[in-house]
Amino acid sequence: MSTQPIIISASPHVHSDRTSKKLMYDVVIALIPAFLVSLYVFGIRAFIVTAVAIISCLLFEYLIQKYLMKTEVTIGDGSALLTGILLAFNLPSGLPIWMIVIGSLVAIGIAKLSFGGLGFNIFNPALIGRVFLLVSFPVQMTMWPTAVENNTTIADAVTGATPLGVIKEGLMFGDTMSTIATKIPSTVELFIGITGGSIGEMSALALLIGGVYLIVRKVITWHIPITMLVTMAVMTGIFWMVNPEQYANPLIHILSGGALLGAFFMATDLVTSPVTKKGMIIFAIGIAVITVVIRLFGAYPEGVSFAILIMNAFVPLINTYFKPRRFGSKIKSKIV
Amino acid sequence: MLKTFPKGGIHPPENKITAEKRIRRMTVPKVVYVPIAQHIGIPSEIIVEKKDKVEIGQVIAKSGGFVSSNIHSPVAGVVTKLDMIIDTSGYKKQCIVIRTDVKNESNFEEKEYPLKSQIKMAPKAILQRISDYGIVGLGGATFPSHVKLNVKEGVKLDCLLINGVECEPYLTADHRLMLEKADEIVVGIKILLVALNINKAIIGIENNKKDAIKLFKELTKNEPNIQVAVLQVKYPQGGEKQLVKAILGREVPKNGLPLDVGVIVHNVGTVFAIYEAVQYNKPLTERVVTVTGKKLENPSNFWVKIGTPITDLVEEVGGLPEGTRKLVNGGPMMGKAIKNTDVPVTKGTSGILIISEEEASRGEAKNCIRCGECVFVCPMGLEPHLLMNLTEKGFYEKASNEDIMTCIECGSCSYVCPSHRPLLDYIRFGKNIVKKLQTAKN
Amino acid sequence: MTDSVLYSVLLLASLGIVAAVVLYVVSKKFYVYENPLIADVDEILPGANCAGCGSPGCKSFAEKLVNTEDISDMFCPVGGNEVMKQVATILGKEVAEKDPTVAVLRCQGSCEVRPKTTEFQGPRTCAISAMIYSGETDCQYGCLGDGDCVKVCKFDAMYMDETTGLPVIITDKCTSCGACVEECPRDIIEMRPRNKRDLKVFVGCLNEDKGGIAKKSCAVACIGCSKCEDICPKDAVVMVNNLAYIDPVLCTLCRKCVDVCPTHSIIETNFPPKKPKKVVEKKNVIKKEATVEPLNVKTDA
Repeated sequence: MSTQPIIISASPHVHSDRTSKKLMYDVVIALIPAFLVSLYVFGIRAFIVTAVAIISCLLFEYLIQKYLMKTEVTIGDGSALLTGILLAFNLPSGLPIWMIVIGSLVAIGIAKLSFGGLGFNIFNPALIGRVFLLVSFPVQMTMWPTAVENNTTIADAVTGATPLGVIKEGLMFGDTMSTIATKIPSTVELFIGITGGSIGEMSALALLIGGVYLIVRKVITWHIPITMLVTMAVMTGIFWMVNPEQYANPLIHILSGGALLGAFFMATDLVTSPVTKKGMIIFAIGIAVITVVIRLFGAYPEGVSFAILIMNAFVPLINTYFKPRRFGSKIKSKIV
Repeated sequence: MLKTFPKGGIHPPENKITAEKRIRRMTVPKVVYVPIAQHIGIPSEIIVEKKDKVEIGQVIAKSGGFVSSNIHSPVAGVVTKLDMIIDTSGYKKQCIVIRTDVKNESNFEEKEYPLKSQIKMAPKAILQRISDYGIVGLGGATFPSHVKLNVKEGVKLDCLLINGVECEPYLTADHRLMLEKADEIVVGIKILLVALNINKAIIGIENNKKDAIKLFKELTKNEPNIQVAVLQVKYPQGGEKQLVKAILGREVPKNGLPLDVGVIVHNVGTVFAIYEAVQYNKPLTERVVTVTGKKLENPSNFWVKIGTPITDLVEEVGGLPEGTRKLVNGGPMMGKAIKNTDVPVTKGTSGILIISEEEASRGEAKNCIRCGECVFVCPMGLEPHLLMNLTEKGFYEKASNEDIMTCIECGSCSYVCPSHRPLLDYIRFGKNIVKKLQTAKN
Repeated sequence: MTDSVLYSVLLLASLGIVAAVVLYVVSKKFYVYENPLIADVDEILPGANCAGCGSPGCKSFAEKLVNTEDISDMFCPVGGNEVMKQVATILGKEVAEKDPTVAVLRCQGSCEVRPKTTEFQGPRTCAISAMIYSGETDCQYGCLGDGDCVKVCKFDAMYMDETTGLPVIITDKCTSCGACVEECPRDIIEMRPRNKRDLKVFVGCLNEDKGGIAKKSCAVACIGCSKCEDICPKDAVVMVNNLAYIDPVLCTLCRKCVDVCPTHSIIETNFPPKKPKKVVEKKNVIKKEATVEPLNVKTDA
């Protein structure tokens, strides 16, 4: 009969196919369309930034886990790879390589491993890396190379501002939306991806494809992305309807900036988002509100990164107060 | 839209590979090992001694209290010893060992039991019969049935639910019983309605047993008191509380019983045993067991006498296949893993599952990634990741506040966890400790 | 320019003085009176906070000692008789004197002699594995080998021996606080009296199965043959449920039982080698003073 001993364990004795590795790699696959678009738009530079980010994230995780923390090395589980990709997607394609490396070190070393590794971090590591770079090197982090004809050269990228940047500046200098509208790409162009910006926020279409893929594969649910986008649309829509010359229309807000990237890929990060569906909706509403406030009334043209990080800090509180309804308790869907 | 319980639940692959196999009678074992602790509650007290001769159906162990049950001899033979045998728990328990008398014909005769649909007994007598004849819940919980049917004065009861769901993958014992003994089960339901003095019974069957649904709908066409409810295929649809919610929409209160919302739930196997006890004076000495597994030569359903060693069953299906790594008494979600096949079949054994290498090993446990899947699938609305964390760190008071005691141990959380965390192991442990602390306080 | 510096200095200085005065007043007004004896007693206590005395920490034990009239049934196992005598002097109360004890592991079922017949997959803590099933070997009474006792020892007096799979108690460091005894779900660790040269004789087995079955699961199990009971000159050995137990009070350490045990189940420690006989070197095993009752067969959850 069998030469190996009989196994004893507690029930259940079967397991579903879901593993955290599969989840991570599914997200990587979902990001491929966006990556292809940015390769087309920015050329080889996009590839270099992404590759540098991925390699440094993996390298730092390996070094810190092996020599500093002296625990098991887990670079194979896909989380460092994902952090690298998402960090790259938040950076301008002209960023000097040494800055990318520093960003990776902060993302992995400080935002992830210093909290205890995968599952223990409170803040989204890629966003921490990005915000750190934004605050430390504001000039280089806001030089957005525009699409170039010949997509192979690195040095002679022409830089310009993102659509949101143009809008912010224009409004500050007293222009109205109708004049600014000529300086920014049309809605269709925003949708497909002929615009300036970071590597990941190029094509709304590609990001939507990736997002739908994730929802279909049951990696994420619709709660966070849809709630966030709808709330953003409603809030900006109200302001736009009141004064269409001072406020951009909601479609521009949703399709530009990191809104779609943030909604589908950054806010839905499993570790840093709430565990219940109720909590996820509150979380998404919070992100949308803060983003819109920063975009409309704050100094920065783009607020998704900050909004997500601020709401990440509230997640433990949300988890404590938005518990699922216990079976058999008389309370009907009330917040416990 | 088929009815189901609204929160949680999973859809494991069904693997009902023995669904088409008629139940066949297992060969009478040469020796039976009858444990005295086959039910929830107080173990029975042995009333036979070594060298005693016993007949089929003779009481060999008396009920040890109210929440207890009589145990009857499954064969005619001689008591050889009262020994400590390893049972499903892995620990040795008291057993009565009986050697079958191969010359006694009563062991081998195949009696015919034509349908008796007239109910001649009075309600009190029926309940007494159920109590005397050792009937316990055959769905796996083995709760003494007469205790469940003991409705105190003033308690409102209006519906009897029959659990024909069998939500566990691989098991088909209840399904085959419903197909082959449908008439008897309907009479059994009527007997229970008389005993409880109510006039509403609903049989819950999952949608993957279409033949059973059709058959029962046919049989209950002219029965105004009995209906069939078709339910969505979801695990754990067969859990008492989930069943009551799905069929009637009533929620059993926290830490309460179905009787609190006017319902009593019984498994179809138990109903059949009640039918045989009331109409034919047959005590509970045998039951249907599914012996199954992907690599088995001949997985089947059997009528098995209580006390048959599982070794006999395994031989009957062609022996343990190469590469067997796990033996499970019960279904894959809630069954108990056993060390070897020397364990006897008891009243609660609904199936034996033989798992080979690929499916047997557990993955390595990793950090919790707080994905929230366990929270999403928990049918009782709990947060398994939090309960495991609290138990690991020793915060039993907090775990009790997080309603760890309402866990029905269905295993859905451990099933879905992408980090392969042993959630249910820790929750069970936490429940144990909380129970101890609560009894210590009182 | 100097004005602003002067003003800053003055402002900060006055803030500091105000804060100091407030703190002083508050510390006087809300002063909690504590009996100075408590601090004195707390000084002498070992400060291990191991809960061996029954109180959660040394400070609270000190409070209890000072505030209770009769402290004759209170004892600090870590400090022992010395510390209790000092406490008696300070407080002027009577204290009990207890014989020193040491923890002892009553199982020799190492991987060699007690082969594993199944593989356990699940959390590796004794508490949980004991709850799930009876162990990876055929002996349902023996050590599970997952080291809960080692984890709970605050004095670093225990470690897990990788080759045998059993925990090892370092007698010199053991303070008999009793944490390991509490923790073990199989009650394998016992407190036994400690003597000057740390000589011990005890039965290293808890198996209550009949002889044949016990021997099959573990080569050094107690098979209940009663040879030790017969040969003991002081009647210190009792057989209950196929298991021998040596009463530490009656035992005179003559070791006749050790020689006669057919499975070498009885352990002697720290005796000088006598004759060319195999001395079983067991460094830690401390037996509890209370008699071991027939082991309650643990029913599963």
